[in-house]
Order: sequence, then C-alpha cells, then structure tokens
Amino acid sequence: MALEHIDRHGRPGTQQGFADIRQERLAHGLGWFGLTLGAAQLVAPKGLGRMIGVGDRPLLMRAMGAREVLSGLGVLGSRHPGLWLGARVGGDMLDMALLVAALSSAANRRVRIGLALAAVAGVAALDLLSSQQVASHPKARLRERPRAGTVPVRVDLVVNKDPDTCYRFWRDFANFPRFMRHVQDVKVLDERRSHWTLSAPAGRSVQWDAEIVEDVPGERIAWKAGPRAAIPNAGVVRFEPATGGRGTIIRVRIHYRPPGGELGSMVAHVFGEAPELQARHDLRRFKQVLETGEVPTTAGQSSGRRTAVARLMKKVST
Amino acid sequence: MKAVCWYGTHDLRVENVPDPSLINPRDAILKITATAICGSDLHLYDGYIPTLQRGDILGHEFMGEVVEVGSGVTNLTVGDRIVVPFPIACGSCFQCGLTLFSTCENSNPNAYLAEKLWGRSPAGIFGYSHLVGGYAGGQAEYVRVPFADVGHFKVPDGMTDEQALFLSDILPTGYMGAEACNIQPGDTVAVWGCGPVGLFAIVSAHALGAERVIAIDRFPERLRLARQHGGAITLDYEEVDVLEALNELTGGRGPDACIDAVGLEAHVPGLAGAYDKAKQLAMLQTEHPGALRQAIMACRNGGTVSVPGVYGGLADKFPIGAIVNRSLTIKSGQTHVHKYMEPLAEMVQDGRIDPTFIITHRMHLDDAPEGYRIFRNKQDECVKVVMRPH
Repeated sequence: MALEHIDRHGRPGTQQGFADIRQERLAHGLGWFGLTLGAAQLVAPKGLGRMIGVGDRPLLMRAMGAREVLSGLGVLGSRHPGLWLGARVGGDMLDMALLVAALSSAANRRVRIGLALAAVAGVAALDLLSSQQVASHPKARLRERPRAGTVPVRVDLVVNKDPDTCYRFWRDFANFPRFMRHVQDVKVLDERRSHWTLSAPAGRSVQWDAEIVEDVPGERIAWKAGPRAAIPNAGVVRFEPATGGRGTIIRVRIHYRPPGGELGSMVAHVFGEAPELQARHDLRRFKQVLETGEVPTTAGQSSGRRTAVARLMKKVST
Repeated sequence: MKAVCWYGTHDLRVENVPDPSLINPRDAILKITATAICGSDLHLYDGYIPTLQRGDILGHEFMGEVVEVGSGVTNLTVGDRIVVPFPIACGSCFQCGLTLFSTCENSNPNAYLAEKLWGRSPAGIFGYSHLVGGYAGGQAEYVRVPFADVGHFKVPDGMTDEQALFLSDILPTGYMGAEACNIQPGDTVAVWGCGPVGLFAIVSAHALGAERVIAIDRFPERLRLARQHGGAITLDYEEVDVLEALNELTGGRGPDACIDAVGLEAHVPGLAGAYDKAKQLAMLQTEHPGALRQAIMACRNGGTVSVPGVYGGLADKFPIGAIVNRSLTIKSGQTHVHKYMEPLAEMVQDGRIDPTFIITHRMHLDDAPEGYRIFRNKQDECVKVVMRPH
C-alpha cells in the first residue's frame, strides 16, 4: 500500500483512499441534499408545490419532505448508509411516479413539472450510483468516518525497527505506560478487550474499556473505546515499512469526542491543549523506548536555583 | 557539589547544587577531573543562544572518573577514566547508524522546541540551552552522562588529562572541519579564526595533506600559535584586505577550501560590521556572519566552504548567488564526536597531533567567572581555559 498523495488536510492516502473520500463526499452530499430539500418541503409545502408546478397538496408534500429528512439522516448518521441510499432511490421512484401523475392532470404546468422530473431523475441516478459504491465496499467506509463533534489526531513517525517488532510492542498494551504520559495502567481483559486507567488532574483518574476492532499482525491495529467511555475515542495505528528497509513508519489516527464541563478539563489534561503535539510526544517516547530502551529526560537532574516562574512551570509540566 | 551556573548574560556563578544521580539505566555519573571553556560557551555567556534558564549548569568539554554506572551500561566500570563527547547520542537510531551522532533522533527531550526553530531536532548537548535538551553540563564537580555506554572514550594509561580532554569537542571539531574539505594534494586551505577550533583545523588540514594553510585572525598570540604549531601562513585582517591577500597568495584563483572557525559572533571591521550589529540588535538577524560571507566570496570555483563555527538561527545577506554560480559546496554540522575520538586519540598518542599547545590558562573551577571574562575579552593572550574542580 504505497503512499501516493497527501490531501489538502495533510492526510496521506492511497489511490483507494481517494476513491473512498470521493465516494464519501457524494454520499454525504446526497444526505445533506435530502435534509435540505425535506426541510423546505416540511416548512413551505405550498410554495414548493407552486414552484415545481404540482399545485396545492401540502399534506402529500410534507409526507415526502419527512421521507427526505429521514433518509438524509440515515445516510449521514447510520452505520449502514448503503441501506439508506437504497431507500433514497426508492423515494426518488415515488417522487417521479407522483410527478408523472401530476403531469397528466395539469397540462398547463407541464414545463415546470418536466423540469422537476428531470431534476429528480438526476438525483435518482446519483443516489443509485452512491448506494452501489457504498454497497460494493465490504466495510462501509462511512462507518469509520469520524462523527460530528470529534477531534482528529494525526501523527506519523519513523522508528528504526521492522514493522513486526513495532506491531508487537504496540499490541502488548502493558507497554503503554512506558511511553504514553497519562496512561497509568492497562489491564488486558481478553483477546480483544482491555481496561485503561489514565491520570487526571488532582490525583484523579479516568477509566474506560477499549475494544480492538481490527488486528492485522505486523500491519495495523484499530480500536474503539466502549460505549460508556468518559472520553469516547477510536483510532487506528498502521505499521508501514519505510523505503529501503529503513525501519517502520508508524501512522496513528485517533478521533475522540471532548465532553464539556469538568470532564472537558480532564480531557484537555489527558490529550493536552494541543492534542496532536501531545500525541507526537507520546509517539516519540514509543520510538525512544523501542530504539534505546529508555526515555531520555532531564527530569530530576541538578541545577542552580531556578526563578520562581521556572519552578512553577516545572511543577505544572510534571 | 559546585557547578558553574548561568544566571543571565555575563552573569555566571559557581553555586552549590545537588549532586547528580542516575536517572535512566544507560546513565553514568562522572567525577570531573578536567573541564574546559569552549568558544561556543561564549555565545551562551554573551546571551546569543535562546532558551537558557537561570540556574542551568554549563559545560560540554569534560572528562573524569566513573563513580556510578546504570544497570544498562555494561561496558563501563567504576574507576574508568573517560572523555565524553559533547553531543549526546543513543547509538541505535537511523542517524546514529549513519555515524551522524550529533543528529541523533532520540537524545533531545525538547525536540519539539528545536523543531520549531530548525525544522528538525539535532542531538541533545550538555549544558547548551534547552533547545538541545537542557542537560546539566560538566563545568561542575560531577556530571550525569546519559547514554554513557555509547558516549565515552576510555583514556588509555599514559595519556594525560590535558592530552585527552579536547577529544570531547574542539579537536574532533577542528578535524571534521578540515576533513569536510576533501583535501587533495597541492590544495591551499584558508582558515578564518585562530581560536582552539581554528588552530586544530589548521593542524588537521596539514595532517590531511594540504600543501598550504592560510590562517586569518587579528590577535598576534593566536596568529603566532598558527604559525608555530600549525605551520600556517598568517593574515591579520586588521592590517590587510583578506580577499586581496588571498588572491595574491593563490594567483587570483582563491583557496581550494575555506573553513569558518569563527561562527555567529564574527568581529567585522568597518561599515559591514556596524550593519550586522545593528540588524542583530534590531532582532532582524540572530548572527553576524561576516567570516562566513568572506569565506564564501574567497573560495575557489568548485571549492568547499566548511563551517565548524557555530550558528544558531538566521543570517542576513547570505551570498547564495556566489555558491550557486561558482559551484561551491557548503559543509557543516555539529561534530559527530563519537566517530572521531578513537582515531584522533591514536594521533595524539603517536605524537602526530599535540593538542595541549592551545592551553594558556589553568585554573580552579571556583574561578570560572573570571575564566569566562578573560577568554571572552581575549585578555592576557587567553586562547584556552582548562579548569579543575577537585
């Protein structure tokens, strides 16, 4: 799987990855189109009816609007967007049938109805295309997409060990406290599940169960936090051989949803004010432990008298 | 223990600080027997290197006796006499594998700071600001040496402290500066700056086969050392126009290689010097690169400009046009000391290089502030200060 391009967000992807992104865009576009059209139908059924030339049938128009909204939400939010895109195709057929019926009973508005028919046919074609694309993908990609309100974290670093060694060190979650600053303890519950304890301010801790959702030895590990996690999060780490056998490029992608309030400040503590920088520090320590067996540090070394500010900064940072 | 601590520009104090202790498995603790003030320490003293903190212990040229060894160090025992390279290197990352030890990927705990200024981080360095790790330095009675299993050279019996001490930095630095010139038989090499690094570059250039070495400085005692111990032709830049003199010496072709052993605080006479100083004060540049500019302008077409002198940030009026249009090669880098200690120690032992000729001042660690002051002001014909803490 070669890296062929970096997208405008700096996300490395493969050609396949780009196809996925384009497909996602189409599906999401259609979802939002359904939401918008449905909302218009619900709010202004009469005006819309006049515009497309079908006359004053607010009840039917609202019903069709509700259907649009429902399928739109389904495409955007469901775990099975393919099904909802199929439902949209069915809805399009219904729309077209209704328009054809209106065509025969309202001769004087034929031009408007004809235009509306053409528009629906176009949308139907896109719905059909998108539903096929998503269905043809064994694992519907939209499901892995971050949900609204999540924060993405993206870090890449090359480690001077082969992918298998990197994978095995990562896969042994007991190693995490050695390189992830806030991870206090990881208990492996079974083959897929583990229990994580992270430090939080004022000596408290945050805990959650995590589950491995994908595990390809030497290549990738994907996980997600359990449904009741205080900080909902999911991520994937990939182990890619660097060119010329020069170690392994480790690519970490995490999405987490920051809660508000007191918990929010804990999240800021765990992930840092700049989550990517925090993750970068953690990944660098992973590299240091694997390559050198320890984490280079100056914490605890001697110095002359520091200023009050420097002492305070040190206290905060440790 | 006592240690030389930085408290601000031109404000150094010998303080009582806690003794160092082992922190990581690959650490060792060294009882310092000899330590030196480096020319690059003067950049810290003069306040040109950012991210120093009050209380930082300085010093990156030191040697001593191992008094404590971490569980991860198997090739050192208590009582070993070692010299420690100034860059800290893990020995196992990709860069260390290339023997580019001063660009170790793991030894700088503050890599993110260095990445902001330089794009990527080099190795950590003892006592040389928090940009390169904030490690406590060796101008002290004791020092903690991280990755001590990789970062040491065991001093053989019969080699004195003064013969061994400069393996930590300036001797390899001068040597690497000359080695980078890819010296061919018949070559003329010009060296800007006859401080310790410049003097060792001169000696090394001869050892590497240069036919003629031209040394440029303005202090008579330094030019004398360059003549007497380096066999160099010397130019006092306050008396002659350097470019004209170099043209005359090389028939207008220029030196085959030019070495800038001056760095970011170059003294530049006249208008150009005033311009650089003004821009530096206005924070429009961090260096005054007068020596480097001149080295580039002087170099023969297709020649090499080697830069062992230290620069930290951004320079102004950098003659990139001369480099491109005259096919010049620029070579630089903090010294990959680990790679040079053994071969250079051999050269010292068999008498091909005597590094002790540069030492002008020997003092106790307690007198470090005075040592810095006279070295900074080049008083009392000061070229190199060696201090003993015990």
